[in-house]
Amino acid sequence: MTTGLDDASLPRDNGELVFEAPWQGRALAIAVALVEKLGLPWDAFRHRLMAEIAKDPQRPYYESWGAALESMVIDLELATSASLDEAAPTERAPL
Amino acid sequence: MTTDHHHPTEMAPIEARVAAIESVLVENGVLDTDALDQIVQHFEDNLGPMNGAKVVARAWSDPDYKQRLLADGTAAIAEFGFQGPEGEYMVVVENTPQVHNLVVCTLCSCYPWPTLGLPPKWYKAPAYRSRAVREPRKLLAEMGTDIPADVEIRVWDSSAEARYLVLPMRPDGTDDMSEEQLAGIVTRDSMIGVQRL
Repeated sequence: MTTGLDDASLPRDNGELVFEAPWQGRALAIAVALVEKLGLPWDAFRHRLMAEIAKDPQRPYYESWGAALESMVIDLELATSASLDEAAPTERAPL
Repeated sequence: MTTDHHHPTEMAPIEARVAAIESVLVENGVLDTDALDQIVQHFEDNLGPMNGAKVVARAWSDPDYKQRLLADGTAAIAEFGFQGPEGEYMVVVENTPQVHNLVVCTLCSCYPWPTLGLPPKWYKAPAYRSRAVREPRKLLAEMGTDIPADVEIRVWDSSAEARYLVLPMRPDGTDDMSEEQLAGIVTRDSMIGVQRL
């Protein structure tokens, strides 16, 4: 098989995890909450996601999602690249 | 912060970036953390193929509902309370002995969240997105679903205007099953069209 659909990505059952890691859930929730809060159509985000996926098709999906989110908050002037740099934690809080 | 027992773990760049976006937006008062928690919880608890399965089971059991569902998917699905982002423009496509329907989103990952939850990993993969259109019969066969040569395969590419849900054919031998029992045999993959029941 030369499809790039590896075994792990083939459909097996319905018990798939919703998110592979908590940050993916946060990224999704931020996008959903933001378009709702600002009264934007979902397409305002979706088009950015499409563009990010097209830019780098092999990049993991939620990384494209994060990049789309960042471009949206910067274009809407809700954050700057510098303010994000400053706010980025370097390590996960201990349990 | 560090103790001998609880070592903080390093974050991947993307994880840190998303955390930064959240903290800036919360600081600015644009979003609040509780609302985000609730959205995550909602996705984990309430959205998933069990919702779509209820819709399919009712369509199998109630001809009037099926008619409403095929005529206006969004409204008929909303009768269950299943609505919200990615569920606004629902189009339900019916499998028949002559036609098998397959859903894809070639450009990104559009998927009917209220009825199916979030898409599985393979749905978002470049291989599925391109091959579903180019060679659906071969792709389905590789995924374990052989579609007879005399059955037409229709591929539905999701877009801003439509999110698709496949209405599978009701399997033989299920005449005595209740609506609830029927919902139990409807799988996510059958509603995407990569599986036949």
